[in-house]
Amino acid sequence: MANFFPKWANWLPLKLLVIAFVLGAVVTGGIWYYFTPKYTNVGYMPEQPAPFSHAIHVEQLGMDCRYCHSHVEVAAHSNVPDTQTCMACHSQIKATSPKLAAVRASWETGTPVEWVRIHKAPDYVYFNHAVHVNRGISCYSCHGQINEMPVVYQAEPLSMAWCLECHREPEKFLRPPSEIYNLNWRPASAQDQLAMGAQYKKEWNVNPPVGCGGCHR
Amino acid sequence: MLRYFFIALGLFFVLLAAVAGFRGQKSGKPPIEIFPDMDHQPKVKAQVPSNFFADDRGNRLPVAGTVPIGYEAPVSKDNPFPDEGKYRMVRYASGTDYKNTGRFGDQWGTGFPLPVTAELLQRGQERYTIYCGVCHGASGGGNGVAGQYGLVAIASFHQDRLRVMADGEIYNTIAHGKNTMLGYGAKIPVDDRWAIVSYVRALQMAQTATINDVPADERAKLEMPPQP
Repeated sequence: MANFFPKWANWLPLKLLVIAFVLGAVVTGGIWYYFTPKYTNVGYMPEQPAPFSHAIHVEQLGMDCRYCHSHVEVAAHSNVPDTQTCMACHSQIKATSPKLAAVRASWETGTPVEWVRIHKAPDYVYFNHAVHVNRGISCYSCHGQINEMPVVYQAEPLSMAWCLECHREPEKFLRPPSEIYNLNWRPASAQDQLAMGAQYKKEWNVNPPVGCGGCHR
Repeated sequence: MLRYFFIALGLFFVLLAAVAGFRGQKSGKPPIEIFPDMDHQPKVKAQVPSNFFADDRGNRLPVAGTVPIGYEAPVSKDNPFPDEGKYRMVRYASGTDYKNTGRFGDQWGTGFPLPVTAELLQRGQERYTIYCGVCHGASGGGNGVAGQYGLVAIASFHQDRLRVMADGEIYNTIAHGKNTMLGYGAKIPVDDRWAIVSYVRALQMAQTATINDVPADERAKLEMPPQP
């Protein structure tokens, strides 16, 4: 009887197995790599109605975060400034710049500038800015080196796993109250950070919630 | 066969990298939402538009002729206004008394409607540095950074007109502005305005102060090198 299957067919099951395994790994890896806010959200850098530069205002002029985000210490929401805040200076400085046309239009008509929101938590997350900045968490921890960004982009994933990294070990991130708005501050060393963080955690009785009800209601 | 499979897979990776890119890549496109379950709920949030109202503003403007009466917010342990307890009224304006307006009737008043303590001055210094120093300068000479970029007519506090100005008028200027200065009342609550007034007074006194104004037991601190 002639050979019913050619010789190469001997290896076929093994080759198909290899292909199936590799495809499985590619799909798993693809989901791991792409189906996460580390991919979908980090780096989001939309164009704004007026090209506001944090680098100029914070680094070059030395303005404090709270000059514009004035309610961050007392409110859950860190406010985007009203048009009057811009016009406090820009009624005179660069008063005819085309880059500020949207701000002037808002000032004249009373309709808000429609800034594009970048950092978003889902609506079932109740994040409170005030409790974080009043208890040793700097803007830097969540917004990155935003003071040096000519155009703001999302630096951190803001995913739940990412929140919990700090909620489980706040001592890695707590800093002196005087350095909350100094985004260039760094601990002298990792050991210093841990020692200082542990001390603040104890002094301030920092017990970040890790249960559902802490952030979801 | 396997060779063709791996070549095809390699081409697929190149295609994927070209289309989908990498983590952290800058992009102006709105984030992809893979599981948007209940991420967007039809409720009004701070500074977010809402098509419930005809003008699409989620945040409503105050009704004409009314003033917001403030709300309570938790305070830090070092609240400089201790008589207010654990919760502090964050008041931007309420009432028509001296504390809220700086006036007695139609006259500017002078004096502080809250106790002037070292904590109040420190609070004033901090708030002054955030909101005022940009134009008026760290020591109140009108030489803040904004002047270097073209802001004109910034007042120096060290002129006779402002040395004799009533406390209430300085308070009112912080709240409502004056000439080319726009008001800061929407940013700075009532108590903080008074804290800033106290610090402005301290800056003014410092310009003409002598060593005799420094308590004897504090003089040694002036000899110490400045802290970094």
